[in-house]
Amino acid sequence: MKKISKSLSALLLGLVASAALADVNLLNASYDVARDVYKDYNPLFQKYWKAKTGESIELKQSHGGSTKQVRAVADGLEADVVTMNQANDIEFLADKGLVAKDWTKKFPNNASPYTSAMVFIVRKGNPKGIKDWNDLAAPGTQVIIPHPKNTGNGRNTYLSAWAWALKQPGGNDKSAQEFLGKLLKNAPLFAAGGRDATTTFMQRRMGDVLITFESEAEMIAKEFGKGEFEVVYPSLTMQTEFPVAVVEKVVDKKGTRTQAQAYLDYLWSKEGQENAAQNYLRPRDAELLKKYAAQFPPVKTFTVDEVFGGANKAFATHFKDGGSFDQIYVQK
Amino acid sequence: MPAKIHRVLPGFGLALGYTLVYLSLLILLPLGGMVLKASELGFAQIIDIATGERALAAFRVTFGASFLAAAVNAFFGLIVAWILVRYPFPGKRFVDALVDLPFALPTAVAGITLATLYAGNGWLGQHLEPLGIKVAYTPLGIVVALTFITLPFVVRTLQPVIEDIEIEVEEAAASLGASRWQTFVKVIFPAIFPALLTGFALAFARAVGEYGSVIFIAGNLPLISEITPLLIISKLEQYDVLGATALAVVMLALSFLLLLSVNVLQWWTANRHKNNEPLEVAAAKASGATA
Repeated sequence: MKKISKSLSALLLGLVASAALADVNLLNASYDVARDVYKDYNPLFQKYWKAKTGESIELKQSHGGSTKQVRAVADGLEADVVTMNQANDIEFLADKGLVAKDWTKKFPNNASPYTSAMVFIVRKGNPKGIKDWNDLAAPGTQVIIPHPKNTGNGRNTYLSAWAWALKQPGGNDKSAQEFLGKLLKNAPLFAAGGRDATTTFMQRRMGDVLITFESEAEMIAKEFGKGEFEVVYPSLTMQTEFPVAVVEKVVDKKGTRTQAQAYLDYLWSKEGQENAAQNYLRPRDAELLKKYAAQFPPVKTFTVDEVFGGANKAFATHFKDGGSFDQIYVQK
Repeated sequence: MPAKIHRVLPGFGLALGYTLVYLSLLILLPLGGMVLKASELGFAQIIDIATGERALAAFRVTFGASFLAAAVNAFFGLIVAWILVRYPFPGKRFVDALVDLPFALPTAVAGITLATLYAGNGWLGQHLEPLGIKVAYTPLGIVVALTFITLPFVVRTLQPVIEDIEIEVEEAAASLGASRWQTFVKVIFPAIFPALLTGFALAFARAVGEYGSVIFIAGNLPLISEITPLLIISKLEQYDVLGATALAVVMLALSFLLLLSVNVLQWWTANRHKNNEPLEVAAAKASGATA
């Protein structure tokens, strides 16, 4: 018994000691593929904060599916800040009272420090001549997307196609749903997630077109080589946001409000914005956007707020059980 | 006062108390919590959720594929177990260890590997697809993944039982004039059948709950290749915890019913076997039939 308690206290001491090395620690709960962005961003902020205040700060990252992450935070994961890829996930935390109700106003640009856009990835030479959304619904074209109901990536694709269909002459909700019906018929499968869709398209060579984030296209180039595919920008697509927020309840309890606020503010600094650009995410900073213009060609985008009246509303109309997606498959 | 019976391990009271607490904490508490959560919905509502067109299709796919996978393993797993117990061959230990791999491998890894193998350009898929057999991204792919995941359950359940059947029993049957087929059907099979059922039931139960490997090979098309665990995740994506719990409870009830009936069947066959005769007598009878 004595031995056990001794080793236990040694373990505890060890834990305390390792935590004490830094003056403050922050936990950033983030979405799955944000690893690279924040892996590069965290040292930048640590350096900046040390120079500014003399305080050394320890930054921890927790990554997972966006929705899973916010549920963990709601269930008590003590994250000081959340950096997500879907607004409705942060809305959920706002509903639970963990995040300020007006969280989108707490930071510039709708609280999204950088953006991306949904683009098409086609095989080298674009053998099927895919240019725009209507080409995806053409008979004989195979479309690779993640599950539109269960993944953020899939939902963005669905909403992009819907918004495009609305903008066509005579377009309305009914014609948009019919168009989506045709497009989804061309999907031989719904991938489990964004990266799974990429593997299916690039490695298993299934399908004629993959729809994914512009930022993901660069990852594909790194992994599979630039000559293997082409990026096609459709005539209209979604500007995807990556909203951030301070978790009020946690920072009040831990006394880390100043640091958490500074950590997110710094995302809008030149350094933070440049880091985003280097990770192929479109910076909000106009100058930097120009500097990296080769990497970010102009594209006509819409936001979910403009076309669908907010992320929550879009979700409820299209992806809840019985929503427009379900109606395409289930008559009842 | 009757004399106290001495056991090897002391403290029946303590051990029983421990067992009850342990099982309650590990199994009863989470399951109870789940049922409690689901009871926030009315019975009618639960049924409503579970009988939607998509939910019904998913139940069919989940239970159908699980049954097929367990059945395939009952047959081929029996052969594997038999070979591993009865025949010495080089590399036997290695093969024996291979059987456990599906236990150890993270299921997502298994799913991705199988999808890569069976996709149209995969090692296996490129030969199957010209024959019109599509595995990856079809319900057949689900069966393949579940068969892989559940193989060890049948083999590991059967091995000790087969080890217990002495070769002398087979020899006795043979010396009494039973044919090979008679020896198998009348002597060996009745002895291993209860274990085979257990292995089948374990494999089936494991398959029903499997998520990680299946979603990577299933294709996940609504009404065609969506499994119930995927629908549960889908509900959680919508922050619909209650709906997810409702589906889970129905799934649990169905699994319990199926496992219970397998257990009853097993108990019945074991009893029949016990009341009937020991193996030696069966051997004699088997030969008697030809005499």
